[in-house]
Amino acid sequence: MASDTLTPEVEAAVKAAKDRLDAHAYEIVQWHFHESTGCPFWLEKKKEFNFDPLTEVKGYDDLKKFPLFEDEWLRGGPVRRWVPAAYQDKPIYVFETGGTTGIPKSRIAIDDFRTDYSNFSETLPDKYFPKGANWLMLGPSGPRRLRLAVEHLAQVRGGICFCIDLDPRWVIKLIKKGQMDQLEAYKQHCIDQAITVLTAGHDVKCMFGTPKLIESLCLGLEEKGTTLAEAGITGIFSGGTEFTPQWTRYCIEELFGGGPEESGIYMTPTYGNTLMGLACSKPVTAEEGYKISYYAPQPRAVTEVVSFDDPNELVGFGETGRVKLTTLTKEFFVPGFLERDEGEREKPYLTYPWEGVSGVRPFHGFASSTTVGVY
Amino acid sequence: MLNIPAIRWGKPYDSLEKEDVVHFRTGEPIAQLSQVGGGILKRDMKKAQSARDALLEFSPAEILEKMATAGKLYLEADLPIGDGSQTPAAFVHAQSASTGLPEHMCRANMQKNAFVMQNMTQILDSLTRGLDLNILARGYGKEPARDVMLSYQAQSPVLGAVLPSNSPGVHTLWLPAVALQLGLVLKPGGKEPWTPYRIYSAMVEAGLPAEAFSLYPGAGGDVGSALLSSVDRAMVFGGQQTIDQYAGNPKVQPHGPGFSKILLADDVVDDWPQYLDLMVQSVFANSGRSCINASGIWASRHTKEIAQAIAEKIGPTEIKDPTDDEAALAAFTMPGMAPAVWNMIESDLAEDGVTDYTAPYGERLVQMERCDYLKPMVIHAETPEKQVASKEYMFPFVSVVECPQDQMIKKMGYSLICTAITGDEKFARELVNATHIDRLNIGPIPTHKVDWLQPHEGNIIEFLFRSRAYQSAPVQVAAT
Repeated sequence: MASDTLTPEVEAAVKAAKDRLDAHAYEIVQWHFHESTGCPFWLEKKKEFNFDPLTEVKGYDDLKKFPLFEDEWLRGGPVRRWVPAAYQDKPIYVFETGGTTGIPKSRIAIDDFRTDYSNFSETLPDKYFPKGANWLMLGPSGPRRLRLAVEHLAQVRGGICFCIDLDPRWVIKLIKKGQMDQLEAYKQHCIDQAITVLTAGHDVKCMFGTPKLIESLCLGLEEKGTTLAEAGITGIFSGGTEFTPQWTRYCIEELFGGGPEESGIYMTPTYGNTLMGLACSKPVTAEEGYKISYYAPQPRAVTEVVSFDDPNELVGFGETGRVKLTTLTKEFFVPGFLERDEGEREKPYLTYPWEGVSGVRPFHGFASSTTVGVY
Repeated sequence: MLNIPAIRWGKPYDSLEKEDVVHFRTGEPIAQLSQVGGGILKRDMKKAQSARDALLEFSPAEILEKMATAGKLYLEADLPIGDGSQTPAAFVHAQSASTGLPEHMCRANMQKNAFVMQNMTQILDSLTRGLDLNILARGYGKEPARDVMLSYQAQSPVLGAVLPSNSPGVHTLWLPAVALQLGLVLKPGGKEPWTPYRIYSAMVEAGLPAEAFSLYPGAGGDVGSALLSSVDRAMVFGGQQTIDQYAGNPKVQPHGPGFSKILLADDVVDDWPQYLDLMVQSVFANSGRSCINASGIWASRHTKEIAQAIAEKIGPTEIKDPTDDEAALAAFTMPGMAPAVWNMIESDLAEDGVTDYTAPYGERLVQMERCDYLKPMVIHAETPEKQVASKEYMFPFVSVVECPQDQMIKKMGYSLICTAITGDEKFARELVNATHIDRLNIGPIPTHKVDWLQPHEGNIIEFLFRSRAYQSAPVQVAAT
């Protein structure tokens, strides 16, 4: 990891983080490829490799020996082939992503989602996300990780979570059919439920919402002559490629009525998915043009920004490339998965002494065929 | 390079997201256009009534006078745009460079828009059938000649429009809204922001209140959808899919393909050479891009000779630089569009009884590094049932269809403009009664010759105002 312009303090932190990552990568590969602990999928796949992961992977950089992870491997069953031998008797969840057309991608989960969100909880300022406050989860649930994860976040902070469901698969179908009036009606249906919860005396102070739903919620509250702040919300976390600097600026300046000190509302962007967990953001400020830079929850997951032509080649800092993800948990091992997103490679800093990614948006190679902004 | 902000009720808004408007041949950026999201528009629409209130500060007569001034400024002045300004020549050059339309056609469209602004008094007199505009402004009033109360209610304080990038002439359709004291909410086309911005600029320079206007460049699926769902009266320009999507929605007036036609009736068809130039112009004007261009010529006989003769006139047309006054063809600037159109045409040509009369004049699809062209096409269809008989494309393309006169009205389908060349009164009467014909020309009138003193593509007065009952009686008020 290049660090030629970093301060000595950050450089030392970067080196320590890299050492931790190397040790973690070694441990995770040992776990997933050992007969006593590994899952059927990887033990079977091992036979195809021209190297032995148990002896030849000593650190993170050795993960390049694996072929790129193909998302097709996640489509279809049996899903139990992903369960590590050591966890066969644990209660297993399955989380899905995609699935508007064809078979969705599935991953098994046991406690990873709780760990991700417990860790994320540590990054939230108590001033705006008060311990013990109740939460509103305004986003997709069903077979997705998000509902359980946000609920856990609320619980780990001593609160209770109210949930509004939204089915993104139905939303995508409406968009593809051009039934925008139905889309509006469905969105309004979700917002009506959210407003009901917020105005029912449940002492909800924190919430998760997708950008479009936060926007609609604010507009819906305005219609009723009130605001998100008056409804009691002080802390919001949100996420996704729709979370752009321009949207953040509009949201903070116009929907909230100013930054946290002025409006009383603090919003933090995140970038997460079923495979990675949750990447946190460097604080977003008007002074920096609302730039959003994400840092993966290393060493449990690593994001790299790689060349469009060669996924093993990092682009320079500040340059554009495709986001490549590696997940390294005992529940799930994903080496070198090319995300459907692109962005710019960001330098490490003291809070997150590993590299990040900014300007995340749909990979331009997919842009014409991907329906984005579904919720 | 120009930096063009969004306009929110007259105030510039410089977005953090910008899209380059590029030259269609060189790829060189001409301007950076701010992109805003639908949420901003929706929120701004809560202040829509202020736009109408600002215009109601002026009498209709004052607004008409200012619009005439705006028309002159639009045509002749150096007007501000974004962080710079534009002379008329620079405007024409920029518009041509981003849309692919030859410069002389841009100039012609400019004349069209200016004419409408400068003659709005007569146009509204025609569209309202002589109604005193003060009745629309006040909402009610007595008809001067008779002692009858009239009342009209504006159905929205603003007119919205999701604008296209292909033909700068369509802007004439929304211009009357300002004179009717309705604010304007526009989503400019990504490749043709020039006309709406210049008209806005001209109107403000002429003294109309800036707070009556909003321009929101951005993605159609987001800001366009937001506009159509949050404004009570709006126009949208698009393809057949767009038309189908909004058909039956009383809040939206969709404008798409015109499927305009020329019918040569049995009483005149033997004299078809007399009308050859009219047919050629109707197909060929404005590079065939407009919905008022003829895409079908129907006759019961001589159709092969007609197709042959039109093909001889327009088939050999060559591609020329857009600055050339002789340039007659516009480029397809959206990647992949021209090859996709060509694939559809090839599929239609595979049908028996369908003949391409422009085939001898060389390849029709010309692909260049950053843009493509389709050269003019004249296709003959032996019967109206052939697929090609109901097609329209954004270049000079016409199908000459053989069809007995007594089946024409039934089989021709929807026509925005129908020019029926006939002296047969019975046939003319049947055409008058045909509900799938919008603008009807009886006699040798080119389809693209538009009389602005006639309603066009739906009367905008009927779209924006509702006629209603209004009664009043004196009330005795207690003395204070």
